[in-house]
Amino acid sequence: MDPSGIVWKLEHVLDVRDVRFKDEVKLMAPEADEAQINNLENTLEAAMALNMIYKIIRHFYLLGKKTLSLYIIMQIQMVLPLIMKQAEAYAQALRAFSVGQPIGDGAGPLVAAKLMQGHKTREIAKDVVAAEVPIDGRTAYVLKAKGPGGNVGKPGDGIRKLIEEKNGNISTIIMIDAALKLEGEKPGEVAEGVGAAIGGPGIEQFKIEDAILKNKIPVNAIIVKQDIGDAVSPMRKEVFDAADPVITRIKRLILERTKKGDNVIIAGIGNTIGIGQ
Amino acid sequence: MTDNVEKVNQISPFLLVIILVFFILSLVALFIAVESLIEQSGTLNSYSFLLIGFFGLAISIYMLLQSRGKPMHVTLELPRVITTLECPKCDFKNVRDFQRDDYIFKETGSCQKCNETMKITAIYREAKKNDQS
Repeated sequence: MDPSGIVWKLEHVLDVRDVRFKDEVKLMAPEADEAQINNLENTLEAAMALNMIYKIIRHFYLLGKKTLSLYIIMQIQMVLPLIMKQAEAYAQALRAFSVGQPIGDGAGPLVAAKLMQGHKTREIAKDVVAAEVPIDGRTAYVLKAKGPGGNVGKPGDGIRKLIEEKNGNISTIIMIDAALKLEGEKPGEVAEGVGAAIGGPGIEQFKIEDAILKNKIPVNAIIVKQDIGDAVSPMRKEVFDAADPVITRIKRLILERTKKGDNVIIAGIGNTIGIGQ
Repeated sequence: MTDNVEKVNQISPFLLVIILVFFILSLVALFIAVESLIEQSGTLNSYSFLLIGFFGLAISIYMLLQSRGKPMHVTLELPRVITTLECPKCDFKNVRDFQRDDYIFKETGSCQKCNETMKITAIYREAKKNDQS
């Protein structure tokens, strides 16, 4: 995927964007704490997404009027239900981010937070916390983005650091993430598979795959299905309720795939807004 | 944000003229059809004109109603978000509306039964009755 170091360049650009965003938010709200700044940053991003939808619709509308072309208007008319669905989701996201409500994308961090309850956490990478949790005689290193502010962190760095700390002595990695469902599938449905369950621009996925390849560590994925609207709007009850079945599956996976005394990494991937640790 | 966009419910005069012409032509077609039916000359043609007349009339009325209709107003309904607090000691549960700064696993408030600090164990959106997807 990355023969000439594109990933690191992209990561740098995105880091600069993130810092710039945070600086702008700090200028607008100098009294805000870290969690509030993260929430405001997320709010700003949702507002930008809504504004972009508005600008695109206006562009097609005005272009259609200008050229008197029915086809230009028809293009937007045909996809309007999908655009409206997306716009509604972002409008709900705006509210969720501004007040710090957990969103559907937080399914992974929710599971991780439930697992690390009562255990000491430490910041292992930028905006990523990890806890050592004993599960059925194995040691599970559970990690998630640092909450409760809106944050996805850098789970790739966290996993790589844990692998390095254990000198590659990790039996398996289990990643939990929210994934898009197809129409007809139930929200909150849990599915299992292999590979790095992580979205975004691909930087974190690359880091994880790069780290596991060196030590030939198997990666298992558990996903919680939901549609795009649910992923950015306040968490549905079905998605929240899916956390316990996911934990059951994690425990079953650990029993099936590892031996007593092994080390396991469990990573809850997603935006941890409204979810502490 | 919408200052520079014209209102969409304005009816174009050009469209009105088209509808009017369409309407008059449909009436003419109907008149011809009725006249030829009364005179009983060319029955096939009179039925064709009758069909064209009614069809044209229906289309012109539909176009007029569509152009006069007000644009749909979309209102976004914000979902109700519920916070559940639980007492770790006596398992007493308290369900209330979400409040700003609530987050899952936050310790807040005291238990009504045993005065122990309660913990937020769940925050989720209340499901709508017709929300099955």
